[in-house]
Amino acid sequence: MSFHRIRASARSKSLYAGLSAFGLMLGLALTPASASAEDVIVGLVTKTEVNPFFVKMRQAAETRAKEKGLTLIARAGKFDGDNEGQVAAIEDLISAGAKGILVTPNNSSGMLDIIKRARESGILVIALDTATDPADAVDATFATDNFEAGVKQGAYARKAMGDKEAVVAMLDGTPGGTVDTFRHDGYLKGFGIAEGDPAIVGAAITNGAQDKGQVGMENLLSKNGDINAVYTINEPAAAGAYAALKSFGKEDDVMLTSIDGGCAGVRDVKDGKIAATVMQFPYKMAEMGVDAIAEYAATGDKPSGFVDTGSELITDKPVEGLESKDTAWGLENCWGD
Amino acid sequence: MTGDISLQPAAGDAPHIVLEARNVVKTYGHVTALDGVDFELRDGEILAIVGDNGAGKSTLIKTLTGAVHPTSGEILLDGRPIQFKGPLGARHAGIETVYQDLAVAPALDIASNLFLGRELRCPGVLGSIFRRLDKRRMRDEAQRAMNELKFRLPSISNAVEALSGGQRQGVAVARAALFARKLVIMDEPTAALGVRETGQVLELIRSIRDRGLPVVLISHNMPNVFEIADRIHIMRLGRRAAVVTPKSHSMNDVVAIMTGAATA
Amino acid sequence: MNAASASPSPTSSSSSPSLKARILGTPSAGPLLVLIVFCVIFAFTNPRFLATHNISIILQQTVIIGTLAIGQTLIILTAGIDLAVGAICVLGTIVAGKLVNLGYDPVLSMGFAILLCTLSGLAAGGLVAGLRLPPFIVTLGILGILTAALRLISEGGAFPVRDPFLAWTGTTLKTGGFVLTYGILIMAGLYVFVWYLLNETKWGRHLYAIGNNPEAARLVGIPVRRHLVSVYLLAGLIYGIAAWLALGRIPNADPNALQTANLDSITAVVIGGTSLFGGRGGLIGTLVGALIVGVLRNGLTLAGIDPLWQDLITGILVIVAVALDQMSRRKNR
Repeated sequence: MSFHRIRASARSKSLYAGLSAFGLMLGLALTPASASAEDVIVGLVTKTEVNPFFVKMRQAAETRAKEKGLTLIARAGKFDGDNEGQVAAIEDLISAGAKGILVTPNNSSGMLDIIKRARESGILVIALDTATDPADAVDATFATDNFEAGVKQGAYARKAMGDKEAVVAMLDGTPGGTVDTFRHDGYLKGFGIAEGDPAIVGAAITNGAQDKGQVGMENLLSKNGDINAVYTINEPAAAGAYAALKSFGKEDDVMLTSIDGGCAGVRDVKDGKIAATVMQFPYKMAEMGVDAIAEYAATGDKPSGFVDTGSELITDKPVEGLESKDTAWGLENCWGD
Repeated sequence: MTGDISLQPAAGDAPHIVLEARNVVKTYGHVTALDGVDFELRDGEILAIVGDNGAGKSTLIKTLTGAVHPTSGEILLDGRPIQFKGPLGARHAGIETVYQDLAVAPALDIASNLFLGRELRCPGVLGSIFRRLDKRRMRDEAQRAMNELKFRLPSISNAVEALSGGQRQGVAVARAALFARKLVIMDEPTAALGVRETGQVLELIRSIRDRGLPVVLISHNMPNVFEIADRIHIMRLGRRAAVVTPKSHSMNDVVAIMTGAATA
Repeated sequence: MNAASASPSPTSSSSSPSLKARILGTPSAGPLLVLIVFCVIFAFTNPRFLATHNISIILQQTVIIGTLAIGQTLIILTAGIDLAVGAICVLGTIVAGKLVNLGYDPVLSMGFAILLCTLSGLAAGGLVAGLRLPPFIVTLGILGILTAALRLISEGGAFPVRDPFLAWTGTTLKTGGFVLTYGILIMAGLYVFVWYLLNETKWGRHLYAIGNNPEAARLVGIPVRRHLVSVYLLAGLIYGIAAWLALGRIPNADPNALQTANLDSITAVVIGGTSLFGGRGGLIGTLVGALIVGVLRNGLTLAGIDPLWQDLITGILVIVAVALDQMSRRKNR
């Protein structure tokens, strides 16, 4: 018995010590930052915390909230598709008494119930970057018109290729994703072909990741060596595609275009790896969102509908009839490192 | 020469033989592990089995516990021929075995270990429909068994891991004693233990014998064997070389028989 | 007699240990203390934390991982590990959602989905027990297979599931100002049921013995392999029920969902004091562990603190829990 007791008490002693250390640490951490009841709380719920696009969005929101004297609480899902994490974040923000919530929904239908609950309790909810389905589930949507961005990409590719007969490969992100569909369809419209056109010789799923973009491109090139136009869902996928093209010795023969406006992507355009990319503006979305909540807190006025935060074609080889900016401008306005 | 000559039946009425093996042979391919071995366990005795490595001790034990089927020969329990269907068959026939490595679940309490695999359920609906364990009855019976064996432990509801090695093996031995109806076989039960702990377990083995259960003890440890055994069955080259008693022979004699340097 | 020297007489020793010793000896006491400490701190930083609707929200947020962690606890108690929890649960949501959207009867669809999850558990158990493959590898394999299969079934994307029966587990009911969902009640019921199995039946006793010392379990005649299969089977069934709870929380079937459920459920189990080496721990600790994670996330948000702290503190708790477990195991060597 004595044996057992000694063990139990030694264990509990170290536990107590650990706990009190914890409590102290946490207490110190909590006190200065805690929100007081009078603060206007702005909630920001992004898809993940690792994607530089959302990092930029968060930084912009933080800066803007500070300027306006609002308290920003930022939360994110753990991975693309973490609906449960985003729903929990909104629930917590409702509990915290947020005045408005800016959300980039992982999936356009997954969060309808919780968004409804938030709006019912008087919270202004604005979707950033990705619209909900139906779009009027939120008060307003501040986002890139991804279809329009896709059109810009496609139109540039077609014009820059001149009269060459096109053999097109599509490097998609995650099939079924809203953004994915808009960009894909927009590209085809801008390029002037329809889904199922014989000019499209293949598609690959990249999940927007460089390694998968490379593998996808390699496979497509093995299948058809005549490919001369490549749509990419984003710049990492384009970087992967470029590596594949280079290993096939085709990097100069193929019209490789993309969408996003990450700084790495813009540099790739500058270096001639990507012919053109379409930049979107996460910081605009965040700033406009914070402004709207500040306005709502002050006057009770709510924004509504879809607000396009714009997109810019970035290339150093402009084509006639398409408005574009050069990479110098692009590097000033890009996001990420 | 077989050991029959050296058998020294007790004076008066012949003792009851609980477990007997007659001319058992076990071959593995070309290797003969048991070469016509005989074996007798009498009621109420501690019979030690000794022998050099490879003499066939463990194969003999495996045939007696049903883990191995003999190639030929027969085994009799209470005078009736019997064929065990695996170790569970031997257990159903009333033979329990204790192994050298502590066959206990350390995180479970003593009572749970004693009844492991043979748990008692509550009477009535609680047991038949809700399959509820009767923890109190198991605790009480475990305590009673320990008292009867005069094996003292801290609390019966302590986890086995809080016990010393000897006490843990004591739990395994007590479990065998609690459920054996005919006999208990112990395969090197003290090999992993220190001197003092070994003493505890030997004490326990003695109280099992005193309760009337015969015990077969396999051991390398000659002093232990001489301390506790009533008779000693000596294996050599797959056969019984002799059966002696600690009174009739010295340790040196037994070692000599084991190694073939002498006969009984 | 030798044994008796340092011990009290056997008659007196059958009495139970003192209350204090029992509390300290209970594996879930440490985690419970941690939970209480966090609750007290958060209650001071933001009074809203203790509002009944906030407590209710924390419970609702714990439903999916808390339920999955029941199955995970069972498997970890056998000294195994389940990396496929989330994938099996998502299988349930996608199959049920797909069938209902195709017009099949919702009760039958959900039942079929739960059956498929149970069969996935059976497959894992069969491979672990039958072929004696390491659970880590088996469930990693199932995770991969299901991830691919789910993308195919769902044609890559998430889809909404609008059906009152499938969403029923998310329905709220008010009891004296406190909002509960049927999902919370189902989770609580599962905890009671499995707790009873673990602590009051032969099945649970044998489960502990197998996790503790499989060789000893075999030697006393426990059918170890059959028992392992039954454990994985039950875990699969629980994951299937969790799928129903998940649809109640988010009426949406998403092949990309619950990617970290395996690690999250393992975290809850480990923080709850169950040993990764098997045979030690219990279900109450797991519930407390799941609540700790939920309380941390919610409480930090309410305090306006970057929830990255949640990952940091959870990480420390996991290491502390495993270190305590190792220390107590080493002492008993």
